[in-house]
Amino acid sequence: MTDATTDAVTPAPSGLASAFAHARYVLGENPVTGFAFALFLLIVVTAAIGPYIVPYDPLASDTAAALQAPSTRHWFGTDQLGRDVFSRVIVATRLDFLIAIFSVVLVLLMGGLAGVAAGFFGGWTDRIVSRLTDTIMAFPLFVLAMGIVAALGNTVENIVLATAIVNFPLYARVARAEANVRREAGYVQAARLSGNSEGRILLAHILPNIMPIMIVQMSLTMGYAILNAAGLSFIGLGVRPPTAEWGILVAEGAAFMVSGEWWIAFFPGLALMIAVFCFNLLGDGLRDIVDPQRRT
Amino acid sequence: MLVMILKRLTTVIPSLIGVVIVTFLLTRALPGDPAAYFAGAAATPEAVEEVRKQLGLDQPLPVQFVRYVGDLARGDLGVSLTTGQRVTQDIAARLPASAELTLLGLIFSIALAVPLGVFAALKPGSLVDHACRVVATAGVSLPVFFTGLILVYVFYYLLGWAPAPLGRLDFFYSAPPTVTGFYLIDSLLIGDGEVFWASLKQIVLPALTLGIFSIAPIARITRASMLAVLASDFVRTARASGLAPTTVIITYALRNALLPVVTTLGMVFSFLLGANVLVEKVFAWPGIGSYAVEALISSDFAPVQGFVLTMAVMYVALNLTIDILYGLIDPRVRIEA
Amino acid sequence: MTPIPLLDIRDLTVEFATRRGKVRAVQHIDISVAKGETLGIVGESGSGKSVTSYAVMRILDRAGRIAEGSVTFGGVNVGAASEKYMRDLRGREISMVFQNPRAALNPIRKVGHQIEDVLREHALAVSKNAKDMAIACLEKVRIANPAERYHAFPFELSGGMCQRVVIALALACRPQLLIADEPTTGLDVTTQKTVMDLMTELTRERGMSTILITHDLGLAAAYCDRVVVMEKGRVVETAAAEMIFKAPAHAYTRKLMRATPRVGAHLRDLLPEGNGAAAPAKPNGWAAAGDGRNEPLLLVENLVKEYPRKTGGGPFARLFNRNSEIETPPPFRAVDGISFSIARGESVGLVGESGCGKSTTSTMLMRLIDVSGGRILFDGEDIGAIPARSFARLPQRKRIQMVFQDATDSLNPRFTAARAIADPILQLGKEKSRKAVRARCEDLARQVGLPAELLGRFPHQLSGGQKARVGIARAIALRPDLVILDEPTAALDVSVQAVVLNLLQELKETLGMSYLFVSHDLNVVRLLCDRVIVMKSGKIVEEGPAERVMSAPQHDYTRQLLAAIPHPPM
Repeated sequence: MTDATTDAVTPAPSGLASAFAHARYVLGENPVTGFAFALFLLIVVTAAIGPYIVPYDPLASDTAAALQAPSTRHWFGTDQLGRDVFSRVIVATRLDFLIAIFSVVLVLLMGGLAGVAAGFFGGWTDRIVSRLTDTIMAFPLFVLAMGIVAALGNTVENIVLATAIVNFPLYARVARAEANVRREAGYVQAARLSGNSEGRILLAHILPNIMPIMIVQMSLTMGYAILNAAGLSFIGLGVRPPTAEWGILVAEGAAFMVSGEWWIAFFPGLALMIAVFCFNLLGDGLRDIVDPQRRT
Repeated sequence: MLVMILKRLTTVIPSLIGVVIVTFLLTRALPGDPAAYFAGAAATPEAVEEVRKQLGLDQPLPVQFVRYVGDLARGDLGVSLTTGQRVTQDIAARLPASAELTLLGLIFSIALAVPLGVFAALKPGSLVDHACRVVATAGVSLPVFFTGLILVYVFYYLLGWAPAPLGRLDFFYSAPPTVTGFYLIDSLLIGDGEVFWASLKQIVLPALTLGIFSIAPIARITRASMLAVLASDFVRTARASGLAPTTVIITYALRNALLPVVTTLGMVFSFLLGANVLVEKVFAWPGIGSYAVEALISSDFAPVQGFVLTMAVMYVALNLTIDILYGLIDPRVRIEA
Repeated sequence: MTPIPLLDIRDLTVEFATRRGKVRAVQHIDISVAKGETLGIVGESGSGKSVTSYAVMRILDRAGRIAEGSVTFGGVNVGAASEKYMRDLRGREISMVFQNPRAALNPIRKVGHQIEDVLREHALAVSKNAKDMAIACLEKVRIANPAERYHAFPFELSGGMCQRVVIALALACRPQLLIADEPTTGLDVTTQKTVMDLMTELTRERGMSTILITHDLGLAAAYCDRVVVMEKGRVVETAAAEMIFKAPAHAYTRKLMRATPRVGAHLRDLLPEGNGAAAPAKPNGWAAAGDGRNEPLLLVENLVKEYPRKTGGGPFARLFNRNSEIETPPPFRAVDGISFSIARGESVGLVGESGCGKSTTSTMLMRLIDVSGGRILFDGEDIGAIPARSFARLPQRKRIQMVFQDATDSLNPRFTAARAIADPILQLGKEKSRKAVRARCEDLARQVGLPAELLGRFPHQLSGGQKARVGIARAIALRPDLVILDEPTAALDVSVQAVVLNLLQELKETLGMSYLFVSHDLNVVRLLCDRVIVMKSGKIVEEGPAERVMSAPQHDYTRQLLAAIPHPPM
């Protein structure tokens, strides 16, 4: 063994670069994920600039032009008040997207932290968090969301909160399980021997290893969050007419389905479906990147 | 076995206590004045005061809770302002409609999803496998109310095959005498083929809607667990012992692969019971879901609360059944108990 | 004069279709097995030994296929036979025993039924007599109470018991050839011996041929007539068992043979020829280390660890039993009052089979879990009295470190090798500046023989041996006085094990540390340790200088352990 320090140390492949390489490999392997990512960008752009590019005022009614089938003038037709369905669908993107993002971030903070703490510290923390998740899980989730919005009041904030609460067990359980298996992992024991305090072990050793899994969980439940919010407004909770929101738009068009004016409900429903589909595909793709073994 | 069931029953108790506490808190968390809420939007201040006394809302919270539990124990969920009936009565009358719909939807999706998942796992990369993947991802992306509306448009408006989406039975027919409350079964019990056919026509679309919704998770987990089991050591042992492919696949692989599927059923039921509310609204199905939605719109809180409680209790009971079923298949659970 | 072989593998190549194109797991190999012969196939991980056996049975998974060559069994070409024919062959003519017996049995089917399945499939039994025959099969493998065990599920049986069931399953139809793929890996050494003896006896009794696939050259030599050595998908040597040890022809065989710990060999002897010559084999120096400094570094007195037993019955049972005076069972004693000492610069081996309490002991000494009783005197101070939670912040933390069993598991997947080695320095070390820490890391890497350019890599980019080196560098980073080695080589191939053991010895000599070497393998422990402690069921049964314990064991259990180690003919 000669003097190794005189040798130029080859630069280590940085974590970011190798992650990119891996992502590129996965995208090449699975072009669907690339497609989902493109779709995701489209949704984000629509949510950002949608209200500024739509051809009509989404709230302006024009009874003379009511119930028109899709045409070059009105791409998605008009509703019973003559409002342009295309404009309403586009404008609704922002609200639906924001509801989903806020609820998912909220639940990531609540459920993720509670779960990690429960899994890592065990004991009383664990008992309280487990009891909480069990209680929430004792309800069919959508029904509980209905109850919460009905009780707390019919507002968008409460839709976000209710969606976050019903998703809480999913996050808490995943985070708890991940933290729990890592609590006694060799590298955590080694970190103890190196003199790390328990709090430091949690922050520096366990959280970074759990984060990717939680992010996957986030994109997997994002679709569910949108569906949940749209479902609530479909039955008349949360967002109120005439605000444009996909669930409400479908609800408004539902009555016209039986008389043949399909477009009023169809296009917002389609938009909703595409958004959820995109999040699900993206979630699956991210999971493949983070954890190839769990592919299903 | 009996010991296991008894033991499992005890674990239900904390869940039920949790459910009762949460529903209690929900009613007390009503914004503003709960008494005004319960009295309804059109009530006079005196009526509100009356309701407040009646509900005991002038008492401290623990007292209210005791009273609430006492009411529950007597099966008293209050009175619906819209129907004027006791909520318990309303729910009892409407529950069979929801149950019939949900069960049929579940049977439909299991019958389709399990074989789909199994075949997909047996031939990875085949056409069935790709079909399974598409169904699994597309299925969970479909908003259930949207699927329902599309089905109505296609099968009622365009093709005219299905009757109007207006409840359990066309108004030409009268409901069969109640035995189980399930029209399909009750009509068969009295041998009335016509009513059976009529109610079947009504239930097919909503049940299909629910079924399509739950195919995805079941097919997905079946495929995944079947793949895992097929790659396991004991299946290799079975193959190395020269067992016939059918024995390997059914006795060795499938029985093991069904264990996670049974566990997932709990989650599927959670989704189904929630989706049920939306489907009932689309098809004007007179179940407890549409009852709750109607009450929500008219700010009639007692039925909503009764509905949430009933759903939770039903769901807890379903999970209990699933656990017991699991114990029947898996000896490890049975003996550990 | 060679008789017609029962199994003849000629020029066999097995290919796997993978993401990165075709991979040849086995290339142009020739192996034959005569009637009644026991053949060993030996190789390290990735040598293609298991794939060969799957190809013989034609149970390669979907991605694999026989690309070239032929497998002939009893005169019939297996590669070209119909699937129907193969099904009759499997289990009836050729059967297999697998590694990890518990996973090899259907977890939710009674073991008796699983044996019946095979008997019925090959039409050796009908529903009437199937049960009796299955019980007879269980009896053959000496399972006590076979009629009762017939109804058992795999999870109710011990690992050794499960392996007997798998053997019963394999021999149920009296096949002509038994392929045993690492049949005893993961089993304790005494269980290994009973399982191997049983298998040999039964196959000999029936005049069967056996292929024993193993990574353990000693095991193969002890039980086989002929041995085939494989490396990277190729056969490098085929010879009679005694010849392999006496006159290994191929360089790889020599390397493998040298690396296998055996009676009489010293640490340096394990390294490939030429490597060990530079440093003379150093005699074990317990006496040298022991005298002069009589105060021990570590003194363990009457150490106890108790775990509460799982109470039978849930809330209901507790509810019903509240009034009746049912005693709660006494707690389970994982470690039951042990006392020993470690002198400065001494290395002590702690040996026992799984469940004997050796890991619990080391974890307590490490101060990762609290003790239930007794004292741990480290340099005169009772560190056992300090709660495990607060120990991380004390100065003693630096002085006791550990090398973990599973190098992969013990490295944070998000930390580079450098970051992993630096972790203890950053927390407790005296180097503070980035530069000093970096320099210390490079210094440590050099000490453990880890090339400096590997420091920037993540664990998944390192080999098993390299990960072990990182783990060792981290353990010595704080210049500890005592290092606990918890089966540090259990997950490594023998050739890597040899190198790592030598590295550990070298480090000890240069840094003057004490070692507590926890292992199940007396042969390995002897190489590195001055003194050996043998544990069984939470108690110490024997203690003494390594050579004495090995040559003249005093306790029955130690004798049993020693007898169970397969000895290659020397």
